[in-house]
Amino acid sequence: MGKSTIRSQFSAERFGSLIALGLLVIVSAALSPHFLQPQNLLNILRQVSYTGIIALGMTFVIIAGGIDLSVGSMAAFAGALGVLAMNALGAAGRPDWVGVLAAVLVALAAGAAGGALNGLMVTKGRIAPFIVTLGTMAVFRSLTLFMADAGEFTSTNTLYSDIGSATFLLVPVPVWIMAALAAYFAFMLGRTRYGRYVRAVGSNQRVALYSAINIDRVRLLTYLANGLVVGVSAVLISMRFNGVGSSTLGINYELDAIAAVIIGGTAMAGGSGTVWGTVIGAIILGVINNMLNMAGVSPYLQGTVKGLVIIGAMLIQRRKA
Amino acid sequence: MHEALVRTANIRKDFSAVTVLKDISIELHGGEILGLIGENGAGKSTLMKILAGIYQPTGGELFIAGQPARFLGPSAAKAAGISIVPQEFNLCSDLSVAENVYLGDEILMGYGLLDRAAMVARTGELLAGLAAAIDPQARISSLSAAQKQLVEICKALAHEARVLILDEPTTVLTRVEVDGLFRVMGQLRQRGIAMVYISHKLGEVAEICDRVAVLRDGELVHVAPVAELSLEEMARRMVGRPLSEVFPKLAEPLPGAPLLLEVERLASPGAFEDVSFSLRAGEILGLAGLVGAGRTEVAEAIMGLRRASGRIRVAERELRLGRPLDAVAAGIGYLSEDRQGTGVLVPFTIAENTTLVSLPRYSGGLLGSVDRSRERTSAERWKTLFAIKAASTGQRLEELSGGNQQKVALAKSLDPEPRVLIVDEPTRGVDVGAKHEIYRLIAGLAAQGIAIIFISSELEEVIGMCRRVLVMRAGRAAGFVEGAGVSEVEIMYLATGAREGA
Repeated sequence: MGKSTIRSQFSAERFGSLIALGLLVIVSAALSPHFLQPQNLLNILRQVSYTGIIALGMTFVIIAGGIDLSVGSMAAFAGALGVLAMNALGAAGRPDWVGVLAAVLVALAAGAAGGALNGLMVTKGRIAPFIVTLGTMAVFRSLTLFMADAGEFTSTNTLYSDIGSATFLLVPVPVWIMAALAAYFAFMLGRTRYGRYVRAVGSNQRVALYSAINIDRVRLLTYLANGLVVGVSAVLISMRFNGVGSSTLGINYELDAIAAVIIGGTAMAGGSGTVWGTVIGAIILGVINNMLNMAGVSPYLQGTVKGLVIIGAMLIQRRKA
Repeated sequence: MHEALVRTANIRKDFSAVTVLKDISIELHGGEILGLIGENGAGKSTLMKILAGIYQPTGGELFIAGQPARFLGPSAAKAAGISIVPQEFNLCSDLSVAENVYLGDEILMGYGLLDRAAMVARTGELLAGLAAAIDPQARISSLSAAQKQLVEICKALAHEARVLILDEPTTVLTRVEVDGLFRVMGQLRQRGIAMVYISHKLGEVAEICDRVAVLRDGELVHVAPVAELSLEEMARRMVGRPLSEVFPKLAEPLPGAPLLLEVERLASPGAFEDVSFSLRAGEILGLAGLVGAGRTEVAEAIMGLRRASGRIRVAERELRLGRPLDAVAAGIGYLSEDRQGTGVLVPFTIAENTTLVSLPRYSGGLLGSVDRSRERTSAERWKTLFAIKAASTGQRLEELSGGNQQKVALAKSLDPEPRVLIVDEPTRGVDVGAKHEIYRLIAGLAAQGIAIIFISSELEEVIGMCRRVLVMRAGRAAGFVEGAGVSEVEIMYLATGAREGA
């Protein structure tokens, strides 16, 4: 409220995560000369992009006052259906590009349908988002395991995996896609009517209702959009791995996506947040992982660090409020 | 004279570039009730929050019983014996009275175990001291607003408060409950407790206070014994100019004005039934009745916010019920009674709030992007028109006073350019000066041909603003009063059921 608070909001909300990222980069560069090499930085961005894309949709879900725990399972489910469709077309003798197109469309449709299902249960069914998506998290994973008999769907389409490891202007394709989606989501949140409504609904649902805003539609669309980006991520990650491991793909994605959103300064209670903050949050997680790898820290301990970073980010958020 | 319990010396407070308090020097003695009056945004709450340790002053000094004091937080102020009874109660509704009274300061009996019996007994004594018939073991959620307030006072006394700040304590109370509160305050005065009584109700200030302090634009403009100030004098000093007519002159309704709103046998299960009325352009129809009579529910049903049956026609076109978007599209605007609960978004800026309902008009294209310069221009217009005190339209509402927030809420309802405007308690929690302005604004809207439904619990303003009043009682339309019949007596007859009307 006072001068000091306005200033601290200004710095903490807008630049807090950016400053943290800057510090991390400096520390990492000091720890390892290898860190600043372009190939390493591009690798970090590539690793970050799969969950970073999901975090974009998660940002909208959380700002509107919801949560989606099902994204990891949904990615496995959507990716599996996509690969299955693609392989079926390949077996029928269709050209590779048709199969890839089918995989993309099927995965996006599955993601959208899964997101819409979550959204409908939250809005029409009036069930708490945490419970709905905890349930669908189990459902999507179990369906994928069942379809694959707990094994793997390997792509028989060589074009598919070629795209997955392709680069454009030296930068990996998934990074471009994340950047483009982030720009669009940032525009949507900051400059469009829908983005304004998302913040209004998350800020105070009753005020939004009394302002003749269709809050069910606004919330449903956040889950639908989140499902779509999960579909995008599912395609990219299954391209990378040349298939879908039913028990491995998407594990802990919800953790990474939610962590990126929170580290990026979005309020867990809804109402405020930024898309660029989320992107920076995702990159921070990636840099931390990279730094720990280079420092020779056991990969099993990396979860501990990630967990502590999330809790620390929440603490800072609490301090601000 | 003995040492003042609280003394402030040149207290000053700045928020951003805005000075909200300048050089406040005032004393508060044991056993006195100091009335603190002023318009919204005059700095009353800020001053009290400084005393209660919630804000730190930017400059000046604070003395408690002659000793310089600096409160770094509310608990420091509490330890020094200063407690605030907030406008919005700070009670856990699922805990008992005794648990709330001792919340954070529990009586223990060793090994960290709670001494429940002692807390219940002690709370009982405190309540008995206030002559309050409240069970210490009752749940807060089962209490009335007046009882909750007594619990708040009790809580302050349990912490051995010597100074009690009451922030608009009577807003939610009935007259009988106000009398009860005043009796309690009288007893506390005899026990030597100092009280600050913040209120917009000048009559009550004159009734209970010993001295009155008047704040205007962050300055202490007058302090005097209450006996030396008439109500007119208080009001004049608050606004800094003589109050002319309180209510604006109402334009004569045109006999041939078109019917804008027709409500036929409107009913909403559990809230009200069989409400019919019609409204012409430029008319202000009062909707009066006791609290709980169903007035707000009628407004919500018209706005499509509540399930209802019946027929509504706006400018002779049928309105689908239960759809807020349709109601807005048909040209109905609603200023809701609960500003912070359903009216405005306090973390949003003035501009974002004013266009919250009308946003479709400011956005378009394939992507639905908002034309922010047009939005700002429109918000600037409302800011000028309503004299909203703020640095810019980019300022968040949490930094504005209640009266200015209310003006933003009104701007928000008007920005879609409604033909029919429902205002529900438009002057609630708003000071004399702002009330005046709001009356003028509403009369001006009617003069432009907008049909207005004016809902209020304050009969005075219903009588001052309306030529025709629909009175509700227990969920039914009890009858209309019109023209010369619009009087307190007639409305109360209908509202209480002492007589059935036409």
